[in-house]
Amino acid sequence: MTVASEPKRHLYLHAVIEAIKEEMRRDERVFVMGEDVESPLFWGPTGTFKEEFGGSRVRNTPMSEAAFVGAGIGAAMTGMRPLVEMTVASFLYVAFDQVVSMGAKSRFMFGGQASVPMVIRATSMYGRGLAAQHSDRPYPAFMGIPGLKIVAPTTSADVFGLMKSAIRDDDLVLFMEDVNLHGTRGEIPEGDHLVPIGRAAVRRPGTDVTAVGVSGGILAALAAAETLAGEGVSVEVIDPRTLAPLDTRTIIDSVARTGRLVVVDPAHRVCSVASEIAAVVAEEAFDSLRGPIVRVTTAQLPVPFSPSLEKGFYPTAEKVAEAIRRVAGGMAPP
Amino acid sequence: MRTGPAALPTPERQLEMYRRMLRIRRFEETVAELMSGGQMVGSAHLAIGQEGAIVGACLALRDDDYMVGTHRSHGHPLGKGADPRPLMAELLGKATGVNQGLGGSMHLADFGVGSLGETSIVGSGLPIACGGALSAQLRGSDQVALAFFGDGAANEGTFHESLNLAAAWRLPVIFYCENNGYAITTSATLACSVADIAVRAQGYGIPGEVVDGQDALACWAAVDRAAARGRAGLGPSLVEAKTYRFREHSEGRKLVYRTDEEIAVWLQRDPIDLLRAHLLGAGVAAADLERIGGEVDEEIEASLEFAKASPYPDPDLPARVVFATPVGGGDA
Repeated sequence: MTVASEPKRHLYLHAVIEAIKEEMRRDERVFVMGEDVESPLFWGPTGTFKEEFGGSRVRNTPMSEAAFVGAGIGAAMTGMRPLVEMTVASFLYVAFDQVVSMGAKSRFMFGGQASVPMVIRATSMYGRGLAAQHSDRPYPAFMGIPGLKIVAPTTSADVFGLMKSAIRDDDLVLFMEDVNLHGTRGEIPEGDHLVPIGRAAVRRPGTDVTAVGVSGGILAALAAAETLAGEGVSVEVIDPRTLAPLDTRTIIDSVARTGRLVVVDPAHRVCSVASEIAAVVAEEAFDSLRGPIVRVTTAQLPVPFSPSLEKGFYPTAEKVAEAIRRVAGGMAPP
Repeated sequence: MRTGPAALPTPERQLEMYRRMLRIRRFEETVAELMSGGQMVGSAHLAIGQEGAIVGACLALRDDDYMVGTHRSHGHPLGKGADPRPLMAELLGKATGVNQGLGGSMHLADFGVGSLGETSIVGSGLPIACGGALSAQLRGSDQVALAFFGDGAANEGTFHESLNLAAAWRLPVIFYCENNGYAITTSATLACSVADIAVRAQGYGIPGEVVDGQDALACWAAVDRAAARGRAGLGPSLVEAKTYRFREHSEGRKLVYRTDEEIAVWLQRDPIDLLRAHLLGAGVAAADLERIGGEVDEEIEASLEFAKASPYPDPDLPARVVFATPVGGGDA
């Protein structure tokens, strides 16, 4: 008789790396390129790819974001399945035209003659004293680009399963990670665990208020929900997981039950994911709403360097709890 | 830097070269009429005057080699061997267009002949060509990729990044500059730091060569050498074809930035006339060239009829094409 052991809780960062390795073993067309991908500099001690897969499938690039993103697109249109590593998400701006004009639009403009089966992996590196340029959470800028799929997984199981789905997908997927999630742990189902692109998840069921937590914003949303539970407010926490195309149905269904919505997004306030979700709910679920929608985002200011200023600059559990109390204010006491 | 043709295409290929150059000329003349007659929307950047530079390069490639292009987009796929009918239908936005009517004049593509697409953002095609070449290298294929670009694109960051990347990785890319002297109205003599863009190859440790872009055979020879180099694993090359557009930057404009004298000098060096003179000098019968001309005329006329008779796309086409793997459950 065996003693039931604690299920293994995998580090988020290890989960995504393991998913990439499994897909590289599974499909010879998958290769990885980017700045310093041959070194475990950014990926931690498990980020050793070159030893297993060799130099042609794991290649350090010159610091030429436009060239290597474009080269990935060209390779993807001609039979390969590249994973392009951007490391810091802000570096996407250097390759913006290639992502937008070529990556997102080639399949469409060329009438479906080719696809761009490619993943661009980028991590939002905020909250680390890296100041305004390095700390961006740039996914909203890309959500406005039709033709891109954008995922932002928040758990070890999802980062594993969504990376596998992204690599197998026949379209360009912008794979957004959040450095504040890299150190979190979670269980991963056994086997070839796949998470479908385009489906949100209910992280915590609740009845009084819907709180959507985008990317690392899920941490503040879940913590606030825990706090509010102690105050007798039941918060349903939803993780969109995919930002484009957004699973609006799951969010609308939740708001139909709760009548109240708070959206937590670490991106800057204007035209954030929170803005989009608020607009969709206002348009499609207005009759369900029992109060104003509240966005908890980052102020429309560049990220300051000083630790005293950066601390509390992004959505915190306290700010989210305050927002939930505000929208729940009209509730009858239980 | 300047080298004459070391070799010639076979006589049959020379006739094919003539045919494709004429095909581009007639196609473009037809487009000019469509634009002036208000029968076509958008813009049209015609390749008239640059046919030798285009077809010379394309015929030095194999059918399975890759090619990317520019906003002056009609000549490249025609040069690579595309059927003119779906191209003409594309210009009219028809469902039978090569891109189903989703791309239009500046974005023709025909993956069936290795044309990975023309692009209207100047310089954006060069990294894509690097990708085609990288793909070939990874697959162990000896295909090469040719990137057409203009003198304007030679000042974009993607030009420099792509040359460096291709050189560092020995990618089989032929960077092929159609230097027609002007980025819309801005003279290359003012915008470029060097008189010959080809000298920039030196900065990346790769061969750079200037050729007479009106001489299709010289262009062929330069690309033939560059392709052989790429297939041998020796990496990329830069070829600069000095050429001239005989018409405006795009149809419907009338801008003053080129002198009549300058235009007149270039008009005397029509690439089709030059190839025709060569072929006649090589013993080809004038009647054979006339016959090719007649066939091309009929072919382009048939293309226009095909395009005009074709239906417009279904309204749901954009939503159907945007993703290869549609995602359910949410708003696109």
